[in-house]
Parts: sequence; structure tokens; C-alpha cells
Amino acid sequence: MAIDETTVRKVARLARIALPEARVPAMAKEISGILSWIEQLNEVDVEGVEPMTSAVEGAALPMRQDVVTDGDNPQRVLANAPKAEDGFFVVPKVVE
Amino acid sequence: MTDLTALSLIAALDGLAKKTFSSEELTNAFLDAIDKANPHLNAYVVVTHDKARAMAKASDARRAKKGAALGALEGAPLGIKDLFCTEGVRTTACSNILGEFTPTYESSVTANLWREGAVMLGKLNMDEFAMGSSNETSRFGPVANPWRRGKDNSNLTPGGSSGGSAAATAANLCLAATATDTGGSIRQPAAFTGTVGIKPTYGRCSRWGIVAFASSLDQAGPIAKTVEDAALMLRSMCGHDPKDSTSLPLAVPDFVKACGRSVKGLTIGVPEEYRVDGMPGEIDALWAQGVAWLQAAGAKIKSISLPHTKYALPCYYIIAPAEASSNLARYDGMRYGARVSGKDLLSSYEATRASGFGAEVQRRVLIGTYVLSAGYYDAYYLRAQKVRTRIAEDFRTAFADVDAILTPATPSAAFAIGERGDDPVQMYLNDIFTVTANLAGLPGISVPAALDSRGLPLGLQVIGRALDEETVFAVAAALEKAAGFNAKPDAWWR
Repeated sequence: MAIDETTVRKVARLARIALPEARVPAMAKEISGILSWIEQLNEVDVEGVEPMTSAVEGAALPMRQDVVTDGDNPQRVLANAPKAEDGFFVVPKVVE
Repeated sequence: MTDLTALSLIAALDGLAKKTFSSEELTNAFLDAIDKANPHLNAYVVVTHDKARAMAKASDARRAKKGAALGALEGAPLGIKDLFCTEGVRTTACSNILGEFTPTYESSVTANLWREGAVMLGKLNMDEFAMGSSNETSRFGPVANPWRRGKDNSNLTPGGSSGGSAAATAANLCLAATATDTGGSIRQPAAFTGTVGIKPTYGRCSRWGIVAFASSLDQAGPIAKTVEDAALMLRSMCGHDPKDSTSLPLAVPDFVKACGRSVKGLTIGVPEEYRVDGMPGEIDALWAQGVAWLQAAGAKIKSISLPHTKYALPCYYIIAPAEASSNLARYDGMRYGARVSGKDLLSSYEATRASGFGAEVQRRVLIGTYVLSAGYYDAYYLRAQKVRTRIAEDFRTAFADVDAILTPATPSAAFAIGERGDDPVQMYLNDIFTVTANLAGLPGISVPAALDSRGLPLGLQVIGRALDEETVFAVAAALEKAAGFNAKPDAWWR
């Protein structure tokens, strides 16, 4: 299926990637090319087939005790922060 | 003295045990080789000279002390793919969005290697977020394959995404390297560089501390010079880790021992669907040669059918981008990495991600976002998951009759840098023989088996049952022995 430029703009917004207007037509073309190649999956009979959601056969996710195992180290948490102050991340204003 | 960097991992460990040389001498030999070669090959993106020497000295001290416990990789200098978080050493997945990110923790797989006494030489180049088959999407530029086409001096790609790992191993810039494989990223570069690469069963290696690409497909594994070296590396990398909920709580077999098993009496499947259009005759001939080698070693050969093979790549290109778009949502420039500020929070996110992600990553994140978006989820993502079930069923049916499957590793030999740039789908086709094992969660190994007419290595792939790496290693070792592949690239980078 071809995807149009409006859809590309919408998807870029959803993905939180600023897509320059000049890139939109090329991106629509590239993604359409990939999606039309993917279309062949429609040939497969998947009637009654369960979706595969895990590569680990039959294994249930293990449960663990609901206890604190790590933490109490704000210096390490903030070590790579683009901006930090007084033990906090500094982020752009969220609420006006 | 002989060139220490040319030794296999097992031979080097033997030399260390016999005190023929120290880990410090060995490590310095590698650091010198890297310093000379890296301006030409671009395999390493960080070289940890000081850390390597300190780890080597500590290993030598352990060896000198009577009765001290020694690890299985004691004193062995290794390269680490830049996808593995390494404490205090910059880790970027070769993406601009991670900026100068320097982890304050160590990935479980690399921690296992250091526990076994290994020495870290540095971080290896790769495609950005492991998305690519040629190493051309790295923020640090492409890696050059040590191999070239005869007398032609143009640089070839080492494949990807673990191109740095493969090139460094092939050029003797480490004894072996860690790598990861989501659709073929260990096996394809191994095939392109005349090295051995294995992706184990999903869940054998912990994913904790490995930068996530597509979590249901990602697995770590080694790239090494020989099948036995790969077996030794893999054994140290594997093991249960409570920090990864998909890590299997199982004992790790002695993979090195399995390399010595006979293939006599094994049944090897040859899947007809892997004979694809446009595949070079040389690859077809090598495949037939592989069959003949295994037959001569006493294996039975059986033609099998994996009917959904042709749907594996399109299925992968829904599942992998979908999981990637979700995993890469964390890169918002707020807590780590490179932030680009906009007029408000939303525009900061958008500017950060537009400048931080390269073209291929953006393309995949957009595809993933699209196939997961309202109205398209059932038609794309859910359908792909069902096709994935079909692909896994194909293997289950086949493995009722065969013990392992033999295929070519790649549909071509290494190609030139820039040669396959325009159409993303053409690049994706590199993984046509490898991606099925990721979708089904099965172990697969690439073994170098011959040179093509232009002097480039070609590999054969062995796929095994889930958790049966031992048979995979036995068959791979038989192929290695029969092939007697000992060609090395001309060391033009020295």
C-alpha cells in the first residue's frame, strides 16, 4: 500500500521526529516502496493461527519479589544528564 | 618472536598458560596493531589503552599467584561491539543521539567476560542501533573490510551490523569480539570477512545492558577466528540472568567439547526454498560442496521444505521496526544523550530525535510507528506475528526429521561501500538466509568455507534446534575441518 504525504507527516508527529517538509515526499516514496514489498504477507493463510509473541517457547515470564533491589544513587542516575541541578533533571517547561 | 595477534583465542590462552608470553605483552601487541590499522579500517570507535593494560596486568598478577582462581578467558584481549554498555567507557550504539553517553553499569554479557579474566581492547564500530547490513549507517563512518577483490584497491563493506567486530577479528585486532544478531548481524559480517559467528538460541545470552533494537529478536554472540574459539567465547557469554526476564534459567553446555563430536549418523536438512533467484553460481556450488563434505564425514542428507521462507524478510520488516519504534521512544534527550532544545517540550523531542537519529533509523522508526498505529495494527503487526508462527512451525516440522540444517550464509560475497545505497529493500535482502533463525529463535552459525573467484570469503550456515548449539558446533567443526579454510587477507592496512 502506498502511503501519502499527509500520513507521513502524521506518523512523524506520532514518532516525535521533526521531518523537514523537503524530506516528506522522499520519505513517503521510500516507506511506500518498503510497504508494497511487505504486502506479499497477504498471500499467507493465517486463518486460525496464533500470533507468535515470544521467541521463548512455552516459558511464562518469571515473577520476582516486589522489593527494592537497586537505587539510592542519584549521582549515577544523573551522570549522563544533558542538564541537571541539585539532584534533579532539568527539562523544558511542561506546564504553563 | 611470532606475531602474537595472529594466534587463535585457544592458542593464545595456551601460550598464556605456558607463560610463553604475558597478557601484558599480548595486549600491547594488539594495541600497537590497532593503532596502526584503525586509521585505515575504522573498526574501533574507542580504544581503551589504559584500561586494557590495567586489566592485562591484573590478569598476569592472578596467574603469578599460586592457587589463584583463573577464568576461562584469563588474559585474552577482546573487542566489544558498541551496543554493549561498558562501565566508564563511552557507549553510543554508533548513534549521534547517545552523544557521549558513558554507562555507570556493565552489561551482563561483558561482565561475564571480565569475570572470566578477559581484557577489553575497546569498542567496535557498527551500524547505528544495529540497523544495517554494511556498517554504512554508523555515526563514525563505515568500516573497511580487511578483504579486497584481488588487486582492486577499493574498500568493501565488512557487512553489518557487527562490521567492526568482524573486521577487527579478521584483521587480528582482537582475539575475538562480542557481536549481536537481530536479523543476521553476526552471521552476515562473519561470512563477509572469513570469520566464524554464532547467534545462539534466543534467551541463552542476557540482553541486560545491551542497547535494545528489537527485543524479541536480539541475541548476543561471538565473532571469532575458529569454530572452537567461538564455542569458548559463547560459553563465557551465556548464562541465566535474573535482570533479563527472557534469559533462560538453564545450565550452559560445554560447547568446546561439542566441537569434537562426530557428525556420523546425523541427518542434515537441505531446504529447497533457500535456492533463490539471482544467487551466484559460486554460492550454489559451495552449498553443494558443504553437503558433500558432511556426507563424506558420515552424515545423512535430506531434502526438506521450509515453505514460508520467502515471507521471513517482509515479516521481519514489520516486527523489527515495530519493536524498534517502541524501544527507541526512550531517546528523548531529557535524561541522557544529546539534547537539541526547541521552543517547547514537544519541539525539543522532535528536534532531538531528528538530529540524533540517522536516515535508516528514522525510516524504521516511522515504519514501526505506522504499523502499530490505530487502524493498521491488525493488518500489519498482528498478521506478521501470525506469519512468524508459520515460520517457526516450518522449522519444528523439519526438525522432526533432521538434526541440523545447512544453507549458504549470504546470497553474495562482500560488496563495495556505497554500492547498495539507493534501495533499502536491496540492502535488506542480505539477510534472506539468516533472518529465519531470529524469527524462530533458533541457533545459527556462519563458517568460512571458500574464496570466490575474486578472492573473497564465502560462508556456510548451520541452523540447529532450539537449545541444541552442541549439534550446531559439531556440524560447523566438521565443515571447518573439511574446508580447511586458512586464507587470510593481505595486510594492506599495516
